[in-house]
Amino acid sequence: MAFFEMVKTALKTVVKRPVTILYPAQAAKKTPISRGHVVFDGNKCISCSICQRKCPSQAIVLNKEAKSWQINRFRCVVCNSCVDICPSKCLFMDTQYTAPAMAKGVDTFTITYVKPAKPE
Amino acid sequence: MSKQITVPFGPQHPVLPEPIHLDLVLEDETVVDVIPSIGYIHRGFEKLVEKREFTDYVYIAERTCGICSFVHGATYCQGIEQIMKIDVPERAQYLRVIWSEYSRLHSHLLWLGLFADSFGFENLFMNAWKIREDILDVMEQTTGGRVIQGSCKVGGVRRDISDEKLDAMAKDLDRIDRDMKELTTVFLQDSSIQHRLRNVGVISRGDAYHLGAVGPTARGSGVAIDTRKLGYGAYDRLNVQVVTESCGDCYSRCAVRAKELFTSTDLIRQAVKKIPDGPIDIKVTGAPDGEYFMRAEQPRGELVHYLKGNGTKFLVRSRIRTPTLTNIPPLIKMLQGCELADVPVIVLSIDPCISCTER
Repeated sequence: MAFFEMVKTALKTVVKRPVTILYPAQAAKKTPISRGHVVFDGNKCISCSICQRKCPSQAIVLNKEAKSWQINRFRCVVCNSCVDICPSKCLFMDTQYTAPAMAKGVDTFTITYVKPAKPE
Repeated sequence: MSKQITVPFGPQHPVLPEPIHLDLVLEDETVVDVIPSIGYIHRGFEKLVEKREFTDYVYIAERTCGICSFVHGATYCQGIEQIMKIDVPERAQYLRVIWSEYSRLHSHLLWLGLFADSFGFENLFMNAWKIREDILDVMEQTTGGRVIQGSCKVGGVRRDISDEKLDAMAKDLDRIDRDMKELTTVFLQDSSIQHRLRNVGVISRGDAYHLGAVGPTARGSGVAIDTRKLGYGAYDRLNVQVVTESCGDCYSRCAVRAKELFTSTDLIRQAVKKIPDGPIDIKVTGAPDGEYFMRAEQPRGELVHYLKGNGTKFLVRSRIRTPTLTNIPPLIKMLQGCELADVPVIVLSIDPCISCTER
């Protein structure tokens, strides 16, 4: 049995810099593969709707007629499966989290992809 | 005999990370009986299995628990792979072991911190979580997620770790080992902690065994059971050491977890040394038809995933039995006869994870 076993550790931490960071004034630690939020590029989307079918939390809704791509950020679990599966590579994973929101809602994007004309 | 009174403990209590309700029947300051009740955070995960494709359900299985998420995902995948008779590549099996052991490190460090907090040692709590942050950093660098890794899939894993990174991880473990040594010395040798934990919440070896204790709760009473010894995944190629203590009190359960930190780092080093080159996943075709009980060792004990498929993309039944559920009857036994002031420490000593239990 020992007494004052913690003193050594406590004294060491007194002279060291704090291990915590002042988030959000200081940026949070991120790695190149960190999963923050899904980013959509409407110029490349071919409206195949595979992302909608593969989404485990059913956060994505693609409407071919209205040419819109919707994501409910409150449902999205940032699992990266839509990014992995997308055949036209129009989905990306950003390393930063989305900003805190005041109200629930969906983010809607317009699909601007134009199918290239078949060569004559 | 003095008059008996009932004092409610929880579901909201400063020491409880998650809601569990205990009705404590007291005679003066002594607890004579305990009536537990759960059901505050049921989320219906098992029903959801009928509405999601079995390959997508991995992400939901992982979210059963916020601490041992990787083990849940890996156990589910291994269960499906057993039904479908999929031969998972060696490298994927080793990667699963590495991430499982990192999960164990992070869970045990989190628990050691919370346990220190439960007996009022704030400084120790912060130091345990400081080391845990290094583990979480490695998780994020290798999988992309700190707590929910999402790196497991049916047929293998989704991400590879480069050999240079594996070597760097093994090297970094030496520094983490030194920090953990300093931390665990306080837990195991400090006089004030020993005064608080020795002979508190004692459960005998026989009671622990017959009441179905699993994991560190059983091993703290001298029952040497560890599901990793079954050799699932790549564990059959590694030397797994089972840590046991004989006293069965809160100190023993704390000591088992403190010592298991070093067996986990040892397992990671062994896995890094033995990991072969090759593919990390295999293409999965078809759908599961059959049933399987998959057992795995979670940081809290034995986890069981029962899975049943009927040849379609949607499973018919999923049943998860988590270690906390089986550790509740031993907890009742521990609490009978203890002082009211010891209840928070004893409840925390089984490492209750109620989100897991209720799913």
